[in-house]
Amino acid sequence: MSYIIQGDTGDWEVVIGLEVHAQISSASKLFSGSSTEFGAEPNTQVSLVDAAMPGMLPVLNAFCVEQAVKTGLGLKAQINLHSVFARKNYFYADLPQSYQISQFELPIVGKGVVVLDMPDGTTRDIGIERLHMEQDAGKSMHDQDPRRSFIDLNRSGVALMEIVSDPDLRSPEEAGIYVRKLRSILRYLETCDGNMEQGSMRADVNVSVRKVGTDDLNTRCEIKNVNSVRFIMQSIEIESQRQVELWESGGEVVQETRLFDPAKGETRSMRSKEFAHDYRYFPDPDLLPLNLTQDYVDDIAATLPELPDEKKERYMSDFGLSAYDAGVLVVDRETGTYYEAVVGKGRDAKLAANWVITNLFGALNAKSLSIEESPVSADQLGQLLDLMADDTINGRIAKDVFEDMIETSKDPAVIVEEKGLKQVTDTGAIEAAIDDVIANSPDQVAQFRGGNEKIAGWFVGQVMKATQGKANPGMVNKLLKEKLSD
Amino acid sequence: MALDRETVQRIAYLARIRVNDDRLDQIAGELDGILGWVEQLSEVDTDGVAPMTSVADVLAPMRADAITDGDCRDKVLANATEPMEGFFTVPKVVE
Amino acid sequence: MTNDLTHLTIASARDGLDAGDFSSVELTAAHSAAIEKSRDLNAFITETPELAQAAAAASDARRANGAALGAMDGIPIAMKDLFCTEGVQSTAGSHILEGFVPQYESTVSRNLKEAGAVTLGKANMDEFAMGSATLTSYFGNTINPWKASSGPNAGKDLVPGGSSGGSSTAISARLALGATGTDTGGSIRQPASFTGTVGMKPTYGRCSRWGIVAFASSLDQAGPMTRTVRDAAIMLGAMAGHDPMDSTSTPMDVPDFESGLGKGVKGLRVGVPAEYTADGMPEEITALWQQGADWLKDQGAEIVEVSLPHTKYALPTYYIVAPAEASSNLARYDGVRYGLRVDGDSLDEMYMNTRAEGFGDEVQRRVMIGTYVLSAGYYDAYYVKAQKVRTRIAGDFTSAFENVDVLLAPTAPSPAFAIDEKFDDPIAMYLNDIFTVPASLAGLPAISVPAGLTSDGLPLGLQLISPAFDEVTLFRAAEALEQAAGFELPIFGPGEG
Repeated sequence: MSYIIQGDTGDWEVVIGLEVHAQISSASKLFSGSSTEFGAEPNTQVSLVDAAMPGMLPVLNAFCVEQAVKTGLGLKAQINLHSVFARKNYFYADLPQSYQISQFELPIVGKGVVVLDMPDGTTRDIGIERLHMEQDAGKSMHDQDPRRSFIDLNRSGVALMEIVSDPDLRSPEEAGIYVRKLRSILRYLETCDGNMEQGSMRADVNVSVRKVGTDDLNTRCEIKNVNSVRFIMQSIEIESQRQVELWESGGEVVQETRLFDPAKGETRSMRSKEFAHDYRYFPDPDLLPLNLTQDYVDDIAATLPELPDEKKERYMSDFGLSAYDAGVLVVDRETGTYYEAVVGKGRDAKLAANWVITNLFGALNAKSLSIEESPVSADQLGQLLDLMADDTINGRIAKDVFEDMIETSKDPAVIVEEKGLKQVTDTGAIEAAIDDVIANSPDQVAQFRGGNEKIAGWFVGQVMKATQGKANPGMVNKLLKEKLSD
Repeated sequence: MALDRETVQRIAYLARIRVNDDRLDQIAGELDGILGWVEQLSEVDTDGVAPMTSVADVLAPMRADAITDGDCRDKVLANATEPMEGFFTVPKVVE
Repeated sequence: MTNDLTHLTIASARDGLDAGDFSSVELTAAHSAAIEKSRDLNAFITETPELAQAAAAASDARRANGAALGAMDGIPIAMKDLFCTEGVQSTAGSHILEGFVPQYESTVSRNLKEAGAVTLGKANMDEFAMGSATLTSYFGNTINPWKASSGPNAGKDLVPGGSSGGSSTAISARLALGATGTDTGGSIRQPASFTGTVGMKPTYGRCSRWGIVAFASSLDQAGPMTRTVRDAAIMLGAMAGHDPMDSTSTPMDVPDFESGLGKGVKGLRVGVPAEYTADGMPEEITALWQQGADWLKDQGAEIVEVSLPHTKYALPTYYIVAPAEASSNLARYDGVRYGLRVDGDSLDEMYMNTRAEGFGDEVQRRVMIGTYVLSAGYYDAYYVKAQKVRTRIAGDFTSAFENVDVLLAPTAPSPAFAIDEKFDDPIAMYLNDIFTVPASLAGLPAISVPAGLTSDGLPLGLQLISPAFDEVTLFRAAEALEQAAGFELPIFGPGEG
């Protein structure tokens, strides 16, 4: 699935690395006790520390450290027992200290990996370079007043994990799969809610292009703060196209920060002076180096839930699912939990997967519901499978029953009872229906006996119709064959 | 090593301090003097010596994740120039 | 009678208050009156006599109810204007914080308040504590009450040292019984030496930095400035303590410093570091140093020659580390949320205008030096190198303290100089801190004790340095030195200054 941009001078490929900023799910900020709740009145979740009043000092939130370690473990990454907070110095209206406390030379998490599940069922490993903790900035608003920008510091100091990938991604689609997979892992771990609409996850996208067949790393541009998977993919398409055109027209890509404008469908330079970026990182003297013990890390490792990759593996080996089906079921923790509850103790796992993926997802999509909001509980779907397994209803009726369940949330047995949908397995009743059909269809009987075996299907349909679909299809087949051959 | 006017200008911009052109030479001279003086540190053998990042010989203290602060907008804005509608304000930023 | 109350020490005032000889209201009124009469010294940026009177009255009420809070209850003190004080302008001596009224109280000033101390006002200081003469204050320089009786500076106005020059003047001119100072590279000890007073910098981590306007975070430390060693011990007891809001504050109990006094120095090993000397240092300072060693020896101490080989590199190390941290610490003064704002057509213009007008020359110089040594391509050569040399300097002390209990050295390479003295380059001024900076870099406690006079009649201090968190031994040795020196602080009449 290579993504090639055909230029006038040849084929180009795109090299992408992502820096994903994921908000740690903590009640209070990384270095202060103010709330991280989304959507509060401006500057109401700001302490004197967050507002960088003179003499205010940071104190580290233990929970945030734990979450960063947990995430590192989830990314199969090296946990650095010794890490250091550093100041990244730059001036901006919504950065009260005029520096961001981050980690630079010694981050808490080192190299790791994210496995992408490709649509063709294969996987691809994307390297993680590092994960570090840092503070979020506040928010500037530019539309409220003709001559002023407004500053809200509610987000100032909120804990983020910056997760930096290697430049291993080669297409917008891969970037999309990567972000979704990363989000899935964070949600499994419950270290970040992954909510991109509220800004709890956003990405800086590094893009460069090179001629196919070369290994050069050309000058890259960084597209800042892209806040949805769709925009990440679009911005890569647009930016890589721009770079190819620029190189081919004899121009040169300059390393810079760009902004994606989805409305105009373009990226544009954030006009910064050429020497504006010299962050002058140095260890924050207000904070001591962070030293963890291996026991501390091991304790966190022991609490790690089963992650999507392991779960997928298990579904394939234990339940015999295809890579694709297993991949779909493990995307989020809730789907897996639901699916496993449907399988319960020994139900047909493949049939259960089909029902969840095809029928349940279809119905939920149509109603724009999440799996937690499903009107049909996993237990109820399991009961439905049981009714099929013990021949109480057949597969066709089951689909009708399921549609009812989606609307009413009733147990399947209740619906079957109320509507009298129980499968007819009484030989006498089926024989009577068959006899009726045969008696009323002399032409078709003649055709069948004349050698037109295809017409057998027509007889089955007539018998099912006569029994309102409730006849056991196997029995109908068997008895019809006997009677017609008489 | 001699600091040129451009370097002084770059440093002054990074520090967001306006330095008028007529002061550049004087400041370059002063900074140059100080930087030349601290050069003597290169005499010290520091091979294998770890940089001292902190005097305090204790582990980084950590606090529990509890909401214990904030909700004090009046205090936060008390010394602000021209706050409006609960916001700080600055000259308009064009992005 | 009222003037006599300003002649007390903290210890004797405490005893007088306990005995009912006078009230805190009287004691406080006497000091507020002295401040008013000595305004020509410019020791205070902000005077708070009404708040002081109210606090004194509350103290008297506590005492009347038998609920006095301890040694500092009812004692009038000066607060260096680097400490943020709730509801009272706190400027750090800078135009950029002119009019800034904190909505919070620094931990150290709160500790003092909770111990019953009465704050008379906010003492003048070098801007952001950057200076050794209190000449860089936006609010004008402070004048040392001392005058040279002879020599080239005879009769001239002298500097009180710095950066805690308002505090040192307040103590020596008897405008307060105690004062807070902060010491980053010598800002407590050097002004104490210049004014014939006691100035003590505790171990880094002993006093909380929370609410103190930051200059250089890895060096800043608050400490007491008083007229006697005993007073310093009493006052430090009220200032110190672990603070969970300062991550660099050390979680250790505070010993009773005062009760550790009076034990003499018999058997104490006192190190004399050969490297504490400077070009052009007056012979009388060397002689006083020798005299100090002899005094301690006479009282039973053992004098040991020691070597701190990296001493000469301490000052250049300091002038990389401190400006680097300051360049970042002072970046928050951007005109956005508090303090001075000078408008501009854009955000950047506003920043540049505000910081050019808000910061004085010395602050701008250090911020630019700090910015430079942290900038791309120079970080390793300057900042990292300096931090490595700092490790070496700290190592020197560690080695020395394997053989000795305290170190004895001069506090400053000169007595107080004239306010109009010209320093041809900034480094000449920086050399004032040559003997105080090493202990700062190593985070060690140190104290300056007035020990003698120059031939021109100006005070000179001697400095003692002890291992980290051994302030008890430091005070003990300082008291012995003080007693042997028998230094008498003159009584300066108001208006004489």
